[in-house]
Amino acid sequence: MVENRPWLTLMAHAILIVGLILIAFPVWMTFVASSHDAATMLRAPVPVLPGPHLLDNYYTVLFEGFGQASRTPQWLILMNSLIMALGICIGKIVISIVAAYAVTYFRFPFRMTFFWMIFITLMLPIEVRIVPTYGVVADLGMLDSYSGLILPVIASATATFLFRQFFLSVPEELAEAARVDGAGPLRFFWDILLPMSRTSIAALFVIQFIYGWNQYLWPLLITTKEEFYTIVMTVSRQANVVDGVPQWNLIMAAGMLAMLPPVIIVIFMQRQFVRGLVDADK
Amino acid sequence: MIKRVTFNHKTLPYLLLAPQIAVTVIFFFWPSGQAIWQSMLLEDAFGGNSRFVWFRNFERLFEDSTYGHAFWNTAVFSVLVAGIGLALSLLLAVMADRTIRGATGYKTFLVWPYAVAPAVAGVLFGFLFNPSVGILAYSLNAIGIEWNHQLNGTQAMILVVAAACWNQISYNFIFFLAGLQSIPRSLIEAAAIDGAGPGRRFWTIIFPLLSPTGFFLLVVNTIYALLGTFGIIDSLTKGGPGKATEILVFKVYNDGFRGQDFGGSAAQSVILIAIIVTFTVIQFRFIERKVHY
Repeated sequence: MVENRPWLTLMAHAILIVGLILIAFPVWMTFVASSHDAATMLRAPVPVLPGPHLLDNYYTVLFEGFGQASRTPQWLILMNSLIMALGICIGKIVISIVAAYAVTYFRFPFRMTFFWMIFITLMLPIEVRIVPTYGVVADLGMLDSYSGLILPVIASATATFLFRQFFLSVPEELAEAARVDGAGPLRFFWDILLPMSRTSIAALFVIQFIYGWNQYLWPLLITTKEEFYTIVMTVSRQANVVDGVPQWNLIMAAGMLAMLPPVIIVIFMQRQFVRGLVDADK
Repeated sequence: MIKRVTFNHKTLPYLLLAPQIAVTVIFFFWPSGQAIWQSMLLEDAFGGNSRFVWFRNFERLFEDSTYGHAFWNTAVFSVLVAGIGLALSLLLAVMADRTIRGATGYKTFLVWPYAVAPAVAGVLFGFLFNPSVGILAYSLNAIGIEWNHQLNGTQAMILVVAAACWNQISYNFIFFLAGLQSIPRSLIEAAAIDGAGPGRRFWTIIFPLLSPTGFFLLVVNTIYALLGTFGIIDSLTKGGPGKATEILVFKVYNDGFRGQDFGGSAAQSVILIAIIVTFTVIQFRFIERKVHY
């Protein structure tokens, strides 16, 4: 701070605290709702302080399931989300790091063509090619499968650029030394470049895990069997039941479960998260 | 663009690129090409037969008043989400930057909404404002505002904008705070010595220096409002009531999957691609300029 203005500092704290409360309020109410019984949550005004049914609700959601039509225990659905998120996240990192290695460390015909092909995917997010992508995936027989959930969203221009950027900053002497010592390209990649890329990989992991976990439109399209639903989809479906009253206590418990994994990752890997966010979009 | 020291290998680079290129071609280029092709086909109502109709689907779209309506909704929605989201996060970032010791603490509590899926954010806001049990709807009713976003289109729009801003605020905050912290302290100190107060310093020094970050965020937020908010719309209003919150991306989905109008949906996809390409080009041209300063 440049000069001491106690009132201004006080005001800054006041604004921030009001901001924090406003931002946290929806999640607080979700938590509160997940700790009451169904009857309490149907009488307005709903309570703003937690109730005694927290464990019952989470137990019901996780191991007995909820909803009218079928009762799939939600831990199975959480596993689907985890498989999808890790598949997308690890897949993106793996195919991007090798692609970036190819375009920065090799000279070969059509190098730039490939580079631009990857670049263009930036402009074709899944949302703009919904129907035809569905068609392709259906033709390949990948509806209702993990590969169908993961593969179509796995190409990543941002991850490729990030690794390329990082590789370009690696000192030339390393590759030179490796070559002098007789290491081939794969050896150099595995023993030198990959260990050096740890921080970039960690940063991308956080960003891409959140991206994968929070996928909504794509799973919504290609899954028709409940055994492939994801937790984000389930929360939205249950909140929009047309017949019957929504069981808010259970829906909100599932909502908490849908939020927890990515929120925990962001809070505990904050440094990597911020780095990944800022680097990936530059 | 390339390292000075490179390896020589005939096949290895192609093998390394193969997975990424395969995914790109199969799931990105092939469907996008099909979108363009389908956008010029007209399928009859019972499926099966389709014929090539050139730009008839596009003409049909532009004559369709619901498409114009979706365009208008999208414009209003994007301007509100980007405008309000950026203003609020800038306010919070400037305040957090002022409290030197507090900045990291506040940051921890402000970054996590980014991790909440848009669809889940939609459910959260739907619950808070639920006309029968929502605590905020109840409070609004108590002070004389009759809240029912399931019937009132304007209220539905306010609600999706609020949810979208909430979801995006941490992203903007992180970039604004990083931008603020990279402004040299000496500039601000010099201005203070010359007698400029905090408000004056903000408008004459901080704000202009922050404008590249602001512009970048404006583009990113617009793209977010155009595409990333599908989950919010779908779990909160489903485009309703009466198409009041139907934005372009939702209409592509709705016409294609619910309405089975593949030609129309593909034509909309093509228009959406054109919009996104325009924004991405603006973004990259701008970044290039920033690099060459």
